Amino acid sequence: MTSRLPLRLGIAGLVLGSLFPFVWFLITSLKSQHEIEAVPPTWWPSGSLEFYRTALFDHHLLDYVLNSVIVAGGTTLLSLVVGTPAAYALACLRLPGQRWLMGGLLCISMFPQIAIAGPIWEILNRIGGLNTHWGVMLPYVTLTLPMAIWILASFFAELPTELEEAAQVDGCSAWSALWRIMLPLATPGIFTASILVFIYAWNEFFFALLILTRPEQQTLPVGIALFQGEFTMPWGELAAAAVLATLPLVLLVILFQRWIVSGLSAGAVKG
Amino acid sequence: MADLELRSISKRFGDTRVLDEISLRVPDGSFTILLGASGCGKSTLLRTIAGLESQTSGHILIDGRAVDDLPPRDRDIAMVFQHYALYPHLTVRDNMAFGLRMRRTPPQDIDARIADAARLLGIEPLLNRKPKELSGGQRQRVAMGRAIVRKPKLFLFDEPLSNLDAQLRSAMRLELKRLHERLGVTMVYVTHDQVEAMTLGDTIALLDRGRLRQCDTPQRLYRTPADPFVAGFLGTPPMNLLHGSVSPRGDGWRFQSASVEIPLPPPSFRIPAGSHTDTVLGIRPEDVSISPVQEPASHLDTTVDVAEDLGSDMVLHLSAGTQPLVVRTRPNEPVHPSHPLRVFLPHRALHVFLDERRVDWT
Repeated sequence: MTSRLPLRLGIAGLVLGSLFPFVWFLITSLKSQHEIEAVPPTWWPSGSLEFYRTALFDHHLLDYVLNSVIVAGGTTLLSLVVGTPAAYALACLRLPGQRWLMGGLLCISMFPQIAIAGPIWEILNRIGGLNTHWGVMLPYVTLTLPMAIWILASFFAELPTELEEAAQVDGCSAWSALWRIMLPLATPGIFTASILVFIYAWNEFFFALLILTRPEQQTLPVGIALFQGEFTMPWGELAAAAVLATLPLVLLVILFQRWIVSGLSAGAVKG
Repeated sequence: MADLELRSISKRFGDTRVLDEISLRVPDGSFTILLGASGCGKSTLLRTIAGLESQTSGHILIDGRAVDDLPPRDRDIAMVFQHYALYPHLTVRDNMAFGLRMRRTPPQDIDARIADAARLLGIEPLLNRKPKELSGGQRQRVAMGRAIVRKPKLFLFDEPLSNLDAQLRSAMRLELKRLHERLGVTMVYVTHDQVEAMTLGDTIALLDRGRLRQCDTPQRLYRTPADPFVAGFLGTPPMNLLHGSVSPRGDGWRFQSASVEIPLPPPSFRIPAGSHTDTVLGIRPEDVSISPVQEPASHLDTTVDVAEDLGSDMVLHLSAGTQPLVVRTRPNEPVHPSHPLRVFLPHRALHVFLDERRVDWT
C-alpha cells in the first residue's frame, strides 16, 4: 500500500488548501484587534470572543441570520413544492417533448444573472416586491428550480415503473401514487435537492444586494458585506460573522451527508 | 369474480401493429393463459386489459360492461407483476393493506382479509418484515397476497414465476394451481413457458406477432393445432413439420417434399384432385415409431445423426435425405449414429395443413 502514499498526500494537500481560507477566518475571528494588525501575523489566536460579541450585538448579525433563514427556507420549500410534481411528471409520465423541457430547464439555469438582473428589478418594482422577502425568493426559486427538478427527476427515473403501475392498479391516481409511493422512495433525492437549494439561497449575494436595500430585510451575505464602513475595514467582525454564517451549512451537510452522497451519485451505478 | 371479453383489440405504436384484432372470451372462473414468444404482444395485451396501456381500437368488457375509458384503479382488477413490485418502504402487512386502504375498506375488514390471505399463502410470520428481507419466493407470495386480499373481479399475472429458479418455479406453479382451484376466481396469466401454460391453464390463447393464432384447452391445442405455427410452438421437442405438396396417386395420395415421399390414405373430405403445393405435414416426435405398428402407417427410411439418452426417454435426430426428423422413444433402444433406421408414421397421428390451415385428413 506504499504506492498509495503520494495519492494520500495529494488529497491531504487539496483538502488543506481548500480549507485554508476558512481556517484563517476562524483564527482571525478569535484574535484581538491588536493581534490582527500584528506583522508578521500571529498563528495562534488568544481566543478572544470580542469580535463575536460586536458582530452579534453591535452589527445585529442575528437579524440578518433570521432574514436568511426565512429567505433560504422559503426558497427551498417553494422550489420543492413546485419542483417535485414537475420532476415526477417529467420523469414518469409520458409527456410530449419531455427531453426539450428538460433541456430548456438546463438552459434557464445557465442564464447569466447579470442579463436578467435589470428586468427582474423592473418587474419587482412594479409589483411591489422590492425590499420584501418574497421579492427576493421569486428569482431564487426561478434559478434553483431547474437544479431541483433535474436532481429529483433523475431520482424518480431510477424508481421501477412497475411500482407506480402497481399503485395505479391498487387504486391510486397519479397524484396519490406520487404522494404515497414515489415520494417516500425518493427521500434521498429530496434531501439532496433541499440542501443544494438551501445552500444556494443562503449564499446568494447579487440579487439580494439588488433587491434588498433596507437593512431590516437584508440577508447575511449582504449584511456582512455592508459591515465595511467608508474608511474602516472591520476584519475581526467580518471573520466572526463569516464563521457564524457558514456554521449552519456545515452542520446541515454533516447531518445529512449520507443522504447527499447517495443523492449526488444517483444513476451513477444501478442500485 | 367476473368474465372478461375482448372485442377486436388492436394497438399500434406508429406503424407497428402490436396487437391485431384480438377477440377473446374469458369465462367466469377460468384460468386463461396468454402464451407466446417474447415480443408477441402478450404482455401488452395484459397491460391493456389492466388499463396501463390503451388500445387503438376495440373494446374491453368486464362483466359485460365496457371499461375502455376507465383508469386501472376503477377496473376492479389486481395484477401480479414480473418483478413483484412490492412497495419497498412498507411492511408486508402494509403492502397487502395498501389497495384496501385506498378503497377505504374498514380496518377490521382489512385485518381479517390479510389474516386469511396470509394463512392461505403461509406468509403469516413475514407480515412485519420489509420486502428487502424476503427471498424471491416469499416476495412472490406477498405479491399474490396483495392481489388476493383485494378480492378483485379479475386477477392478472405478468410472467410472475420467471424470476424464480427452476425448483421454486415448479413448486409455485403447483401452489398457483391449488390457489385457483380454491378461490375459483377468473385469472389471466401471461407466460412464454409452455410447461406453465399446459399445466396451469384451462384455456390457452396462443399469440404470434400481435395475432391470436388459436384459443382452446391445452389438450386440444396440443392435439389439434389450428395451423403450423401452433403445431410447432407446443411440445418439447417440437412437432416435425415437413413442407411440400400433396397430390393423388393411384387409389391413395402422396406427400412429397424435396427429399421425402410419404404415401397417405385418401382424405376424409372432398378435395380438388390436383396438386396442393402449400402443404405442411406434421407429426409429433413421440408419435413416430421405430418399430412396425399394427395400425395403418407409412414408413420412411432415415439415417441416425445423434441419439440423446435422457434417462427417462431417448431423443433421436434422424435425417431422410436433407429432411431432419426428431423422434422420441424409450431409452436403451439399439440405435447407433450413422446407421440406417426405418421409422413408421401412423396415419392417425399425422397433422395435415393446407394453405396454413389444419384439415382433418383422416
